Order: sequence, then C-alpha cells, then structure tokens
Amino acid sequence: MSISLLLIQLLNGLQYGVLLFLLAAGLTLVFGIMSFVNLAHGSLYMVGAYAAALTYGATGSFVLAVLAAMGAALLVGVVLELTIVSRLYRRDHLDHVLATFGLVMFFNELVRLVWGPQPLFVQVPEVLAGTVQLFGFNYPSYRFAIIAVGLLVAVGSYGLIHKTRVGMLIRAGAQNPQLVGALGVNIRLLNAMLFGVGAMLAGLAGAMAGPLLSVQSGMGEPVLITTLVVIVIGGIGSVNGALYAALIVGVVDTLGRVLLPLVLRQVAERSVADAAGPALASMLVYLLMAVVLALRPQGLFPARRG
Amino acid sequence: MNRTTLRASALAATLATSAFAQATTIGLMAPLSGPQALVGQDQVDGFMLAVEQLGGKLGGQATSILKEDDQLKPEVGQQIVRKLIDKDKVDAIVGLSFSNVLMGSLPRLAESGVVAIATNAGPSPIAGAQCKANVFSMAWQNDGAAEAMGKFAQDRGIKRLYLMAPNYQAGKDMLAGFKRFYKGEVVDEVYTQVNQPDYSAEIAQLQSAKPDAVFVFYPGGMGINFVKQMSQAGLGGKLPLYSVFTVDGTTLPSLGETAAGAISAAMYDASLDTPENRKFVTAFEAKYKRTPSLYAAAGFDAANVLDLGLRKAGGDPKKLAAGVKAAGGEFKSVRGPFQFGTNNMPVQNYYAFETVRVGGKVATKQIGTPLAAHADSYAALCKLP
Amino acid sequence: MTSLLHRSAIVPLLFAGFAAVPFVATAIEQPFWISFFARILIYAIAASALNLALGYGGLVSFGHALFMGLGSYAVALPAFHGIASGWVHLALCIIASSLIALGVGAISLRTSGMAFIMITLAFAQMGYFLLVSLKQYGGDDGLPVAATSQFGSVDLGSTRPLYATALVVLALVTWWMAKLRAAPFGMALRGARQNARRINAIGLEARRLRLVAFVISGAICGMSGLLLANLNAFASPSSLAWTVSGELIVMVVLGGIGTVAGPVIGALVFLGLEEVLKGLTEHWMVIFGPLIVVMALVGRRGIVGLIDLWPRAPRAAAPAVLSEGGA
Repeated sequence: MSISLLLIQLLNGLQYGVLLFLLAAGLTLVFGIMSFVNLAHGSLYMVGAYAAALTYGATGSFVLAVLAAMGAALLVGVVLELTIVSRLYRRDHLDHVLATFGLVMFFNELVRLVWGPQPLFVQVPEVLAGTVQLFGFNYPSYRFAIIAVGLLVAVGSYGLIHKTRVGMLIRAGAQNPQLVGALGVNIRLLNAMLFGVGAMLAGLAGAMAGPLLSVQSGMGEPVLITTLVVIVIGGIGSVNGALYAALIVGVVDTLGRVLLPLVLRQVAERSVADAAGPALASMLVYLLMAVVLALRPQGLFPARRG
Repeated sequence: MNRTTLRASALAATLATSAFAQATTIGLMAPLSGPQALVGQDQVDGFMLAVEQLGGKLGGQATSILKEDDQLKPEVGQQIVRKLIDKDKVDAIVGLSFSNVLMGSLPRLAESGVVAIATNAGPSPIAGAQCKANVFSMAWQNDGAAEAMGKFAQDRGIKRLYLMAPNYQAGKDMLAGFKRFYKGEVVDEVYTQVNQPDYSAEIAQLQSAKPDAVFVFYPGGMGINFVKQMSQAGLGGKLPLYSVFTVDGTTLPSLGETAAGAISAAMYDASLDTPENRKFVTAFEAKYKRTPSLYAAAGFDAANVLDLGLRKAGGDPKKLAAGVKAAGGEFKSVRGPFQFGTNNMPVQNYYAFETVRVGGKVATKQIGTPLAAHADSYAALCKLP
Repeated sequence: MTSLLHRSAIVPLLFAGFAAVPFVATAIEQPFWISFFARILIYAIAASALNLALGYGGLVSFGHALFMGLGSYAVALPAFHGIASGWVHLALCIIASSLIALGVGAISLRTSGMAFIMITLAFAQMGYFLLVSLKQYGGDDGLPVAATSQFGSVDLGSTRPLYATALVVLALVTWWMAKLRAAPFGMALRGARQNARRINAIGLEARRLRLVAFVISGAICGMSGLLLANLNAFASPSSLAWTVSGELIVMVVLGGIGTVAGPVIGALVFLGLEEVLKGLTEHWMVIFGPLIVVMALVGRRGIVGLIDLWPRAPRAAAPAVLSEGGA
C-alpha cells in the first residue's frame, strides 16, 4: 500500500464522510431539538434520489434534478411532520421508533410499487464526468464535487445556526421550547421548518449519491444506520459534532475496509480475509460508537447546553 | 404471493379429461425485490412467456403457477419452499434464486423428492458430492461462464489479470473457474461485500496495481455500480474489462455507454443467431418491451424442458425427474446445443460477447465460442447414475 | 369486573387454540400449518422475552435479534462439528445469551433514552457483522444445521416434537411472566420503569434490577433462537438484522406492551396478518407499514387494551389514562 494510494483512500473516506454529514446534519437537529427518533430519514434520502433520477432523466439538467430532489424531500418531510411527527413529540421514543419503522416499510414498498424493483440509472453530469490527476491517480471529479457541496453545507449550516436570528431561535428552542413559545415565536412552525430543512438535506444527499450508487427501493436503510451511529458519536443535537463524527466514521470505515483485509491476509486464506476484513471494519465503527457511549454518553462534540 | 391461476382452462380441462384431470401446480420462486430484482423478474417473464406460448399448459395439462418472492434471503427461500411443498403440494419448483438461497433450501428439496429446476445457479456442491436426482440447473454450473472467460483471456494472451467478486459461494466459484483456464499472472484476487454499493476504495487499489485487464463477477445492481464507478474513475475503455453476469441483458440498459468495450462470457445473449432465439427475442420484446437477458432465456428454457419432462412422466410424479433429465437432450433451447450431464448440470456452449457502440447506443455482438458442449469439472464427484 | 374476566380468559383460550393446531392440521392433511404456527410460537417466546425488558423494564432494546441469532448459532455451530446433543445446544445457548446479555446490558445501561436504543442496535449489528465475517461457518449465506437437537429420543428437527416443545416453553414463559407481575422482583422492576429515582430512594438499585431483567430476557430470547434453528434447520446472520429487532418491538406493542398475553397475541396477529396480506398482494408492506404507523399514533395499549375496553364501548368515553402498559 503506497502513500499515494493511502491518500486516495483517505479522500474516498472524506467523500463518504461528507455524504454522511449531509444526512446526519438534519437528523441530529431533529433528534436534539425535538427529541424525535426518525428512522424514516433514510426514506427521505430515497425520495430525493428518485426525484433527482426522474428529473434528470426528463430534463437532462443536473441542477434541476438536485433542486427537484430537495424540493420533493422538503415537501414529503413537511407533510410527514404536520400529519404524523408533530403528534408524537410528547410521546416516548418507542412510539417514534414504531411510527417511523412503519413509514420505512411503507415508503420502500410504495417506491417499488410505482417505479418497480429495478434500480434507476443516473448519469454523472457531463461537466463533472472527467477525472482529476491526483498523486498519480485518476480521481473522479464528481466525488470532488460531493466533497465541495458537503463542505458548503457545513459552512452554511454553521452560519445559519450561529449567525442568524433563525439559528438563535433554533438553539433557544433546543434548550427551552416553552419559553421560546412564550416569547411569541410559533414553535410549531419552527419545528416543522426544522424537520423540513433536515429532510431537504437528506434529499440533497440522495441526489448527490444517485450517480454513484443504485437508486432503488431500500437504498436508505444501510445509510441510515451509519448516520445514526454518526450522530451518536458526534453528539445528538450538534451539527459541528455531526460533521466531525461523519468525517471520522467515513475515514475509519473506508480505511478499515481497505487495510484490514491486507492485515488479515497475513494470517488467513484470501477469501476468508476478504470476508472478515470489511465485516470487521464495519464492526469497528460500531465498536467506536459503543466505546464513545460508554465513556462519554453525550457524544464527542456535544451541543452546548445552558 | 401472486397466484396466476388459469381457472377457466383448468375447469375446462377438468371437465374434458375427467379421468386424469389434475391441474398441475408449479412453484416459481425468484428474487423479485431488492438489488437483484431485475434478474428475478427476467426469469419469471421468460418462464411465463413460454407458458403462454404453450397455451397456459405444461405437459399438456392446465397449470397454475405460484409466483413467490424470496427477497434473496435463504431463510425466506426456505419458508417458501416448505410452503410450496407442504401446503401447495406443487409438482415442481422452478427458479430458486441465487446459489445461497438454493443451498439453504436444498435439504428440504432433497428430502421431499420434488423436482427442482434452478434457473440462475449451479453451485459446485450440487454439481459434485451433493448432487440430487431431483435437482437440476437449467442455467449453468457456476464455474462455466467464468471458465469460458478464462480460456478466452488465455487465448488472447493477456499477461496480468486482476480479479474481483462478491464474497459468497458463487463469487468464489467464478474466480476459481476463471483460474482453472487462465494460466497467466493473477495480480490480485479481491472479494468485496455482497451488495456493497461503493467501490471507490477497491477501484483505487485496482488502479495502483496496474494490471493488463480486470475480470469481475458482479451480478445485478452490484454490476451497475461497479462499471459506472470504474468509468467515472477514468478506467472505462482504458482498462479492458472482462466479466461474467455483470454486463448482460438486465444491466446494459442502465449502463449504456459506460459498458462500451466490455467483454463478457455467457451461455446466452439476445444477439445469438439461432432460429429459436430469433423467435424468442421477437416474442419477448413484443410482450415485455425489453430485450431478454440470459436469465430470461433460462426461465424460458426451463418452462419448455419442464413441459417435455411432464409429458414424458405421463402424470407419474416419481417419473418426473427422469423425464426432465431426458427432456434436456431433446428439447430445442434458445441458446444452442443443450443437454443435462450426469449430475443434472447443463452441458452447453459458452460464448464470448463484446459490447460495442452502434449508432448512438450500445449492443452486444458475439465474438467467439471459447467452450463448446462444455461439461463442468465436478461431475466426477457426483454419484448419480 | 367483566373486563378482568375477559383478560384472564385470553391466555387459556390462546393456548387451547395452539394445542389444537397439530390435530386440526393433521385432520385436514395440511401439515404446513404446524410449522407455520410453530414459527408463531417461537416469535411469541422472543416477543415475551422482549416484553420483560421493554414492557416491564421500560428498556427500548433495538437489538434483541442478537439473542435470537445467538440461540440459532448455538445449535448450528456444534452441529457443524458433529455434536447433535440437544443438552449441549441448550447449555451453549443459555450460557452464551446470558453472558452476552450481561455484557451488552452492563454497557448499555450506562446510557438511557435515545443512546440506549442506539447502543443496543449497535451490539446487534456487531453480532451480525461478526457472523458474516465467519466464512468457514457460512458467513453471509448462513449455516445449514447439520444435526438438529436431540434430547434423548426426542428430535427437535422433526416438526411435531418441535411444536410441542415450543408450546410448552411458551406456556412456561407466559406463566412465569404472569407470576412475575405480582412478585417482588417484578414489582420493583416495573416501579423502576415508572420512576427510577423513587426505587433507588427506597434502597433498591434500579440499574441492577434492569440488568437482571435484561439478562433473563436475553436468555429466553436465545431459547427462541434455538427452536428457530431447529425449525428451519438453518442459521443465518440475517436473523440478526435490525429489522427483526424492530418487528419484535412491533409485536410486543401491537399485542399490548407490559401485559402477559400481549406478546403472544402480537406475534400471532403480526405473522398472521403478514401471511394474509401476502396472499392478497405482493405489495403487502404498503398496507402493513401505515397500519403500524396508525398503531403508534393511536396509543400503546395494543390489542389487549382494546379487549379491555370492549365492555365499556357503549359509553363511548375516551379511555381514562391508565398507567403505561396496563396495570
């Protein structure tokens, strides 16, 4: 494993981490502020991916596709919030788990019903279809674009939360919803907006992931679990935490998947090493989460509570 | 489950042939959901087309077909097989999904003696020591296509090859089969997670190894992801891609241009020029508005061989297995010459195909027949007569 | 008082029904139903086990599939090496699930709420990936059970003995759960669920109570896995998927969380409904999903709760707020 290969894998890990961040950002806010366990976040990601795939197929414009994805996810998210989610805020986490579990089943099957079980094909937009020469490798420009988008969102959300009035309301709502309500702020509207923004980010992640991965029913669940791990490691409610944790998890998972088989091949037969390697690398991420939870249950970079 | 019961004709048949009137029931099990749903759907569509052409009858009897989705999960497959055998009392089971699902259901199939015709798998244990008189593969023995690709690569004089496959029985079989006929240098042999969506890490490694060509086995959705990502990394067209079950009739529509130049080996492609195949492709395209893949062909052939087998058995379930076996050598397959070996695995041709640009699209073109009338290497281990 | 009579009639009725199944199935020559109901019994045992942790203890464990999986592999692994003795399988199953439940519980109970849900999920996922990585034991493809559990002359690989065993085990577990409600341990546990601080204040350790409950829950769940492996003659990592844990939670809540009959009813209705819907359309999840959502929205007293309300239905009043899970 040469240094340049290692650097490329690091970049791959960062790209994966950025995609996780897009999903984690919305999810962690919803968890942290409304204390709502949303297993259907992966479904919003899927909605975004499908919207993007269909729009891109119809119009040929990737920009339109991304906007459509964000719009569709926003719409679905807001509808869900107003009809189902908002009724569950005061209830137990168990009810959240149940309701969103049912939603996951519903969305997966709905998508299959309407568009069939075949994966949809999304082409990488022409302008990003090339490669960049990096450390002697050809690195896909598109993956660079993902990293760029993710960092933009990170900067943008930091600005939103810490530098604007809405952000201030969000932070205040996290600490004391009743008081914010008493100040005349429509907390219900704020919550709906927040949920919608989270959904929108998930839709964006789905649109960006489309050209890389299969757009199909059930595509949200594997990513969802990893996203949940990210926000727990980062600290529920903290967008900064989500960013750092997402990058950590992305890099650990990617490097683990690549390095562990190499290490194991020294001691075991190839197909065994190649099976154990990625599996143990996946375990690594959960192990990391378990350790973090055991030692620092509030996460590595928790949102500051007054 | 979706019961396609042809009740009208069943009733008519019952009244008409009073003495022997017993509608035949066939279980058709395939992965109809999940990343390999295309594969499952093609098999079902191919099978149903043949049944339709036979007037809704198999073996001359009105037939009801129970379609089941095993979701590519061995334990779901097991439950379905159990239900089909114990509750629905089917006369035969067709499909049986991928190798892992087939292996999971094997004990129950063997125990019951119900005829099982796999249309998408032929794992080496079943071809060898665990062969069963009532279990057939209408598709291939898993190593077959890979062996053909290996021979083709060897004949072309490729010196250094990089191998990749997902980590399950069929993946291992493919790479083993390839290496049986390819004698050049294997730069590396990489097994990835089943249904892994992102191959960026592995593709980076592939690039750094600088092989002359890469051979992969990535069926269904995995193939689409891999080939697309390889093309995005700038390797499409630059690094020769040899594959089996990766670039085929089900994935080509999604891959489009990214698959140009890819070479694959299989026992069938829609471009094969035989009279049976031309009729089949025309009928399939007319009915389903897409080009049939090798999975559709396997399903189609399975229906025809079952039809002939049922006729030979003459209504006696104990004779069905022998009937099917004999039928294998007699019916006209869309893929060319065909018969069942002693171990109930296909003995058939394996062709090499290249994906070429034609006009603004891509199409496959046959470029050779590396292995003709090829039997698998496990037959000697099978103790069937 | 009529509602109480109603409730105490549920369990005997259910078990009478279950006991009748093999005879009816044989009479109509459809042995398939015996294995179908055996599966329901097995999941009822797993759901009852979860009910101990979730319903009585208030621990939302999203990783109970781990214990079912462990139980299955406690059969498949020794069988792979030629050991067919049911006693060995059982011992391995109980020891493994208890020890692992102890480990998982000890770590997880340091957290609460959302973190607890996540960490139990994490442990189940770790188990899943570990089993997938064991290629020599089948890995992703699962491991066929080479030799099913033999208890003397009784072979659990055979459907009828399995059914009988599962029924007996479920009966024992249900009886024990009923007794537990009024027993000191049960009362303390349920008290800890309602208000841990109060329990701690009177000198009982809430955390220790929960850990004990979690371990017992894990062991019983493991037993259901042992039975499942014998039913399917197969053990697979996918039985540890988080969706299985989710389904167990749905079963417990659907039936009536914290009640005795709840998990049994929940398993019956869940699996039965699944089968019925599958027969109607291959897209049954489009119906099933929203049903679960509705169930979550409507309230958590489940089917047992509905049965409770039945005699009062004419009054058409909103039900009085009962303590969580139904006293």
